[in-house]
Amino acid sequence: MTRVLRFLFFGVVVRGAILLTLGLTVRNRERLPTRGPAIIAANHNSHLDTLALMSLMPLSLLPKLRPVAAADYFLSGKLRGWLARDIVGIIPLDRAKIRKGADPLAALEEALDRGEILVLFPEGSRGEPEALGRFKTGVGQLAVSRPDVPVIPVYMHGFGKALPRGSSLLVPFNCTVSVGERLYGREFDGPHARREFMAGYESRMSELAAAETVPDWD
Amino acid sequence: MIEWLGTTFDLPQHVVVATLGLWAVLVVASGIVLALSARGAGDYRELIDRTASWWWMIGAFTFAIAANQIVAIVFLAFISYLALKEYLSLIPTRRIDRGLLLFAYLAVPIQYLWAGIDWYNMFLVFVPVWMFLLFPALMALRGETQNFLRAVGTLSWGLMLTVFCLSHLAMLLVSGEVHNPVAGGVGLLFFVVVLAQFNDVAQYVWGKLFGCHKVTPHVSPKKTWEGLIGGVLTTVVLATFLGPYLTPMDHTWSALAGGVIGVAGFLGDSNISAVKRDLGVKDAGGLIPGHGGILDRVDSLTYAAPAFFHFFRYFFTP
Repeated sequence: MTRVLRFLFFGVVVRGAILLTLGLTVRNRERLPTRGPAIIAANHNSHLDTLALMSLMPLSLLPKLRPVAAADYFLSGKLRGWLARDIVGIIPLDRAKIRKGADPLAALEEALDRGEILVLFPEGSRGEPEALGRFKTGVGQLAVSRPDVPVIPVYMHGFGKALPRGSSLLVPFNCTVSVGERLYGREFDGPHARREFMAGYESRMSELAAAETVPDWD
Repeated sequence: MIEWLGTTFDLPQHVVVATLGLWAVLVVASGIVLALSARGAGDYRELIDRTASWWWMIGAFTFAIAANQIVAIVFLAFISYLALKEYLSLIPTRRIDRGLLLFAYLAVPIQYLWAGIDWYNMFLVFVPVWMFLLFPALMALRGETQNFLRAVGTLSWGLMLTVFCLSHLAMLLVSGEVHNPVAGGVGLLFFVVVLAQFNDVAQYVWGKLFGCHKVTPHVSPKKTWEGLIGGVLTTVVLATFLGPYLTPMDHTWSALAGGVIGVAGFLGDSNISAVKRDLGVKDAGGLIPGHGGILDRVDSLTYAAPAFFHFFRYFFTP
């Protein structure tokens, strides 16, 4: 039942709403993964980011798609928790436990080992619209511990205008999703592999961001 | 067969014939493109994308006029909405105006409602008077003066172009009904839309084949005098044949209308080109493969639709 609802939600509601209210321009769509395991690592400006990214993948991959999200935010409240866990299919990250020293990545590694596709946002929470925030290095650690899993950098633009943090008013704007070339953990080794991976990821993201023409006077 | 199509879809027979002709042209053009790309010389990817998109666009247009008048008006309103959305996404905006922009989208269904109920006076003043007064006032009341003039100017201009100008197509469809015994409002709509689009293609082809003297090197380096003159003349020739069949105009008036549509189309196209150049983008969007965004496709109509509408209204409406 939940499975059917999930397909309906993504196949009809999300796609329909995105088609009508946003309109996506996708650059280099062919670089998106066609099977798991894989990691899609994008910048984060809006709740729409996750849904839009997931809507770009074929519905047949939906059971494997797992966005990574903060447990304290998304699992608060019954309805929101059900939506997040059962319909969107998030893997919850418990930020409080992480602060106490629990390994935050174990659940994600398990998911990758099951062949799932993680959708994650290395910036952590939603930042200022259209400005790249600082990246947390968890994705680098994941890449190093699973060296053959491709990491696909994705730069998303316009979503922070359509539905920014702190607003519940969705204003229609066209948005852009640019998919970058994939990185593998195996391309980086040595003691600083994680840091080098992050540097590689950051430079791909800045390249993608620089290719977009961004209107100013916000 | 044509009679049957006409009664089934409640379309004037002349429009049925013209639509079939349009599809025949599309099939022939697609055949030529396929033959060219099969020969393999050069890169025809963009041309193939363009042609494939024409199938979608002509398909949607045919569906809209064949269904009924309300579907056609909703279809045209949706094009306005997409154009406004694309415009607002391209230009810089102020964060404080986000809510107002949502409100600006509301102008689309309201404007098309005036067209739909044939309330000509309200149709004429709603955007240029009421929206023009309302949005600056709302922005002023919110109290942010930084970039106020820019925000007011860009929003008003965008509403005029994407909502007011394009809505003339719907007004032509509705108000033209009683003034066109030959093929109804839908005949007039078909006439201006097909000629404006044909004019684009004709200018492109003439420019590709013979173009060397640039018209506006700074705005759009691809536009040449050869393309412009050849394109407009071709449009005039087609209009001369098509006009008496679809509109109450005789050959001379039809030729003149063709000239109006051709020149206005060129100006509308240059207008959007200047916007894109100012903003530093190549295409207004990515909605239509091979063409760019919706604004790249309807740019000529933003000028051609009101120009033809008022030309027709002035000379052919008692």
